[in-house]
Amino acid sequence: MDIIIIIISGLCLFVGSFLCVTGGIGILRFPDFYTRMHAVGVTDTLGAGMILIGLMVLSTDFLVFAKLVMVLLLTLLVGPTTSHVLAKAALHNGLTPTVDKGAAKKNALEPINNEETTSSNP
Amino acid sequence: MLIAATLAIFVAMILAIVRGIAGPTLYDRILAVNMFGTKTVLLISLLGFVMGRPEFLDIAIVYALINFISVIGVLRYSDTNQLKHTSDNNKSTKKGF
Repeated sequence: MDIIIIIISGLCLFVGSFLCVTGGIGILRFPDFYTRMHAVGVTDTLGAGMILIGLMVLSTDFLVFAKLVMVLLLTLLVGPTTSHVLAKAALHNGLTPTVDKGAAKKNALEPINNEETTSSNP
Repeated sequence: MLIAATLAIFVAMILAIVRGIAGPTLYDRILAVNMFGTKTVLLISLLGFVMGRPEFLDIAIVYALINFISVIGVLRYSDTNQLKHTSDNNKSTKKGF
């Protein structure tokens, strides 16, 4: 029974640590503010949740368990709220997302090319 | 596994603070500070379990609350035209602020 608890807790802690390091690499390597915020906002909540669940499995005292549940609920409420407010403030204050101009132009020109080919066929 | 998770959190915190120092815009820095605070909460919880003192969880709860309030406060302040994003090389459309 003891080894099962250790294995479950280790698995949860491993997944949480992997997600946290992935978020760190994402915030360092992505090219734009909004993509960085996507990387952090997605991985932060799940990584914190997995690590706290792993600690919950390890805890023996009920008070420690209750405190971990409080930290988990707080994290689940706070993370998405902060991401939403941050994205809204950045967009509201004039930070436009970086768009690949070549790809956008090609996508805009494609229907015109199709129209030309269809009109030139007959 | 607890010590390995602690080291992984340390690595994530170092990466976040590198982005916070090098971030080209203000919002990158706010994002990095927010991520740093979340990782600090996890680090305090993990250190409490590693050192055998689960009383550290009280500090983790308080740190999570302070982190949320500080980020919301800074972003609320940014609505008052004081923190307008102004540099030209980041495709800002607003001029004259």
